[in-house]
Amino acid sequence: MSVDTATVRRVARLARIKVSDEEAERMTGELNSILGFVEQLDEVDVSGVEPMTSVVAIKMRLREDVVTDGNVPEKVVGNAPVCDDDFFMVPKVVE
Amino acid sequence: MLIDTRTPDPKKFINGATGDWEIVIGMEVHAQVTSKSKLFSGASAEYGGAPNAHVSLVDAAMPGMLPVINEECVKQAVRTGLGLKAAINHRSVFDRKNYFYPDLPQGYQISQFKQPIVGEGTVILDMPGETVEVGVERLHLEQDAGKSIHDQHPTMSFVDLNRSGVALMEIVSKPDLRSSDEAKAYLSKLRTILRYLGTCDGNMEEGSMRADINVSVRKPGGEFGTRCEIKNVNSIRFAGQAIEYEARRQIGILEDGGAIAQETRLFDPREGVTRSMRSKEEAHDYRYFPDPDLLPLEFDQAFVDALAAGLPELPDDKKARFIADYGVTPYDAMVLTLEQASADFFEKVAKGRDAKTSANWVINEFFGRLNKEGKEISASPMSAEQLGEIIDLIADNTISGKIAKDLFEIVWLEGGNPRELVESRGMRQVTDTGAIEAAVDEVIAANPDKAEQAKAKPTLSGWFVGQVMKKTGGKANPQAVNEIIKARLGIE
Repeated sequence: MSVDTATVRRVARLARIKVSDEEAERMTGELNSILGFVEQLDEVDVSGVEPMTSVVAIKMRLREDVVTDGNVPEKVVGNAPVCDDDFFMVPKVVE
Repeated sequence: MLIDTRTPDPKKFINGATGDWEIVIGMEVHAQVTSKSKLFSGASAEYGGAPNAHVSLVDAAMPGMLPVINEECVKQAVRTGLGLKAAINHRSVFDRKNYFYPDLPQGYQISQFKQPIVGEGTVILDMPGETVEVGVERLHLEQDAGKSIHDQHPTMSFVDLNRSGVALMEIVSKPDLRSSDEAKAYLSKLRTILRYLGTCDGNMEEGSMRADINVSVRKPGGEFGTRCEIKNVNSIRFAGQAIEYEARRQIGILEDGGAIAQETRLFDPREGVTRSMRSKEEAHDYRYFPDPDLLPLEFDQAFVDALAAGLPELPDDKKARFIADYGVTPYDAMVLTLEQASADFFEKVAKGRDAKTSANWVINEFFGRLNKEGKEISASPMSAEQLGEIIDLIADNTISGKIAKDLFEIVWLEGGNPRELVESRGMRQVTDTGAIEAAVDEVIAANPDKAEQAKAKPTLSGWFVGQVMKKTGGKANPQAVNEIIKARLGIE
């Protein structure tokens, strides 16, 4: 598998990362060498092997349904560049 | 992949300029899970609240915060699956659905993509003259997003994350619906099931239940057409209007030789039209992948069995029991079982009384009155005991059906014990034949010409019944009056 510059641009846009033509060009090469490296794994025959989801065999813990958190709006909006009346304020996003 | 389970029915076709068209509808319903806290955090899931008050640092996606799943939300999803007669998956996986929007602080929604918690199920619809089986494709658990408010400032949007992370069940139907009426019935039935189960309050105004509706049209029985998705419809009535509009819009395009562009649309209830949401189309690439913060969700059959044992009687079962045990019509049984509270009320009234009379009074008078005042059954000023007492008074001939309606009105408005009210207000019906005979004789004597006419044309005797009822203040037993008039006039 390999990617072209157009794919790199598309992935960058989906991730909201601005890349210049020059950077896109460079990253195409870098990404392809990473993909090539990972592709070596294809040589291993994994037919019949369950995908591993955790290094230790544990089950997911479940939490009791009780309210234990919240009521900290000042902490929630504490790092926001702009806020008002405990709301986050962002550039208008409606068309 | 898509299987057509329905036989085209001309009654549902839409007539276009080039012939008949059939609508094909599938739905994705988002139902908010009833729980105290959120799906992956301990913040309150309650509706409302001061801005960002029901938010933990997990919901705000602060660095280093990790999700821990709420057991009750898992149970609610399984209960709902059981209520939909669906396959329960003992192992399911949470995935990240990636997109950017200011009310989604994580930059992804935790959802279930390839391995949902609930698989295929069924919803049965009672339509006039037929029973429609609608396939459920799947049900999965996911997080709700926050809320953006756009009208408070000229250049800024306000974001409140109180909804962020609240558990939702997305219930996906198969494309088995063929008319707007079926689509509305599906939403209504799903809402009834969820409310019986107590897994979602079904409050569409508060957004606890909303539907994304996929609509396409085709020549009857033909290949499925290209569909459009109408997003976020928040009332059953709007769903019907949106589908009708959208189907006709698509037929118009196809009949003019055009092609349907697969797209997302919004319904505008004021204009009654759907509009394209052009701007978001380009970015529809969610790049799902398993959430590395969460292990697969696993449970055993004993967990499912325990939940199954605790389920209430479901609407379809209750309806079948009402038909079998009370002998009410399928339609009445459907109306009586729409809400659990309604069904409970009816059963209290019908206990030890004639079931059909009870059903009539509960549906026509009681529900009718509640609807007229826009009241929920829980806010009713009349109890099942009071209504039952009124029915007893008719059954033992203390009052007539007509007087009973007056009594209903008094009990509704003023309260009190119906039997005592009948005594204290002198509403007891006159069954004393002597008194009725006297009244009949008086009316006949005063109207000899009408009496002659009635002898020739017996249907006119109704006029005499009315006169006698008036004379007795409506308290005479109408059946006795009728019989005496017929005897006096000598008609069969």
